[in-house]
Amino acid sequence: MTDQNTMKTTETDQIQVSESLVQIRGLYKKFNISGDFLDQLKFKGGKIVREQEFVHAINGVDLDIKKGEALCVVGESGCGKSTVARTVMGLLTPSAGTISYRGERIDDLDDKQLLSYRKKMQMIFQNPYASLNPRMTIAQTLEEPVTVHNPDWTARQVRDKVHEAMFSVGIDPSWGERFAHEFSGGQRQRISIARALAVDPEFIVADEPISALDVSIQAQVLNLLMDAQEKRNLTYLFITHDLSVVEHFGTRVAVMYLGSLCELAATKTLFAKPRHPYTQALMSAIPRLEDDRPQHIKLQGEVPTPVNLPSGCVFHGRCPYANERCKQEIPQLITTDEGGQVACHGVAEGRI
Amino acid sequence: MPLLEVRNLEVSFGLRSGDVKALRNVNFTLDRGERLGLVGESGAGKSVLGFSILNLISKPGRISDGQILFEGKDLADMSPEELRNIRGNRISMIFQDPMMTLNPVLTIGQQMVECLQAHRNISNENARTIAVQKLQQVQIPSPETRIDQYPHELSGGMRQRVVIAIGLLMDPDIIIADEPTTALDVTIQAEIMELMVELCERNNVALILITHDLGVVSQVTQKAIVMYAGRIIEQGPTREIINDAQHPYTQGLMNALPQMAIPGQRLNQIRGSMPSLQKIPTGCAFNPRCDYLRDACTKQLPGYTVSGNCKVACHMVAELKQAEQAPHEA
Repeated sequence: MTDQNTMKTTETDQIQVSESLVQIRGLYKKFNISGDFLDQLKFKGGKIVREQEFVHAINGVDLDIKKGEALCVVGESGCGKSTVARTVMGLLTPSAGTISYRGERIDDLDDKQLLSYRKKMQMIFQNPYASLNPRMTIAQTLEEPVTVHNPDWTARQVRDKVHEAMFSVGIDPSWGERFAHEFSGGQRQRISIARALAVDPEFIVADEPISALDVSIQAQVLNLLMDAQEKRNLTYLFITHDLSVVEHFGTRVAVMYLGSLCELAATKTLFAKPRHPYTQALMSAIPRLEDDRPQHIKLQGEVPTPVNLPSGCVFHGRCPYANERCKQEIPQLITTDEGGQVACHGVAEGRI
Repeated sequence: MPLLEVRNLEVSFGLRSGDVKALRNVNFTLDRGERLGLVGESGAGKSVLGFSILNLISKPGRISDGQILFEGKDLADMSPEELRNIRGNRISMIFQDPMMTLNPVLTIGQQMVECLQAHRNISNENARTIAVQKLQQVQIPSPETRIDQYPHELSGGMRQRVVIAIGLLMDPDIIIADEPTTALDVTIQAEIMELMVELCERNNVALILITHDLGVVSQVTQKAIVMYAGRIIEQGPTREIINDAQHPYTQGLMNALPQMAIPGQRLNQIRGSMPSLQKIPTGCAFNPRCDYLRDACTKQLPGYTVSGNCKVACHMVAELKQAEQAPHEA
């Protein structure tokens, strides 16, 4: 299956190189959860058989990240949004499918070949308490990526670059001698952002960068990310579960459920007219400040386990509109009148 | 007489460097069946307040001043035996992370029966019947089989439902919920919050909801308290606070929400961050971050000004209110 996918992607790659920065094609990722070899052996019907179980984290995702946009991926925990981010960054290898950066395949490169791409692609993590090394000063933390990616720079050049990065996120360069624990959560997240910006990347993957922060600090960090995008013409892949942040920040939104893409649309379109039943339920659940308590759409049951995926549409068990076809046939993304893309038989048939 | 009245509450933590006051001068009341939201950022003291209502502050912390009157009796002054009669019985508590709250080596049923038998002289069978009823109330499907499962066999949302069922076991008068849905997804959060409101309304239970999410407070509560650096800075009816916040900090919090901004535009941020409790600025604790700073703000702790149905701790309330109305008149 891997080979087939690869062949298909090389064809499509050449058509769309001009507008997308990152292309994800037919991405699958499964994690083996059956333990080591001996754990996998089971005694069944008088025979010893080997059984393996997999978590199917991503099941065939196609995404184009266009230059200069902020593509937001939303979904609930366990939907595979973080796995997408990590696979794009090359922190995980895909089980099948390809990832291309400016038309070049990057998912099959080794560490050495990836180095030049890592300079262009940086990542910001959710928890600034865990993503900064507690034993390094801030200056050391920020200098490390600069020296790794610019081995021929002098110490002075490195220091100037670090100061510039610190300055751009509103951290006083004289604080460089301090350690991470001396900073508050918001300041730490700024330092993480400075670390990403220090190597002048083109593309930043931000995995829930503001979820661990307080409301007033969230606004500061979001503003910072938007300013950086404007000044440096950055492209973002922004992973979040917070739809109100998406509405504010995203150019386009991809909604994921159980490892599949259900809807992909421009932010305005999606918020004005969500098409997929899951997107509708998700949007109705946002706690709003307004007085009128709108009835949120209640979904039946819970998210099924990604170990045994449901047949057909992964959402059919909880969908109020599901019929026989939804139980059997996996829906493909179709383009709607508004220009978005939806993977739903109901929308395709005009039922929803 | 209100069901719960907190008077002049002060909680201190004795540290080597001296006493740190985590709560100062906290006053509020709660009536039967009323839903109250405690809002604030991390470090504001909202959880400490929640814990101190049940006198659950552990060393080096202590309630250093004030009273917590529950039906007229002071919880701050009770013996451990008397407190045991109230905790989990008359006032119960729901915490953020249900996996930490539930005992992983006991089945749900065992934990529920244990709780019932701690407070009532009741047989195993009867306790189990009540437990199944409560699980039904929180809409857990097939409670008769679920009751014999262990917490790890349930999803996060189901676990939080079980915790709520345990909280409801003794038909308490007050439930204190400390960020009950923060660890959950939005769709689950909406379901759990709806369930809690419904249960509180049906059983006439008062709810103290501790959260950082203004949206949740707006949807669930009738009264709200906004805290900053250990002090209540604004309290009043939820709708009034949400629609017409008086304190510059509350205004800032609301304006910082992406919901309040035009998509793509910069958000209105509050500069700086909350001070550490050891270094609270003199005067108004919010003064280094405030846009309406005056001399009085750095010198004098603001008292409470009544504005509409709200009480606001800000020197500038009257002036801000005037400034707000002026353009309308002109």
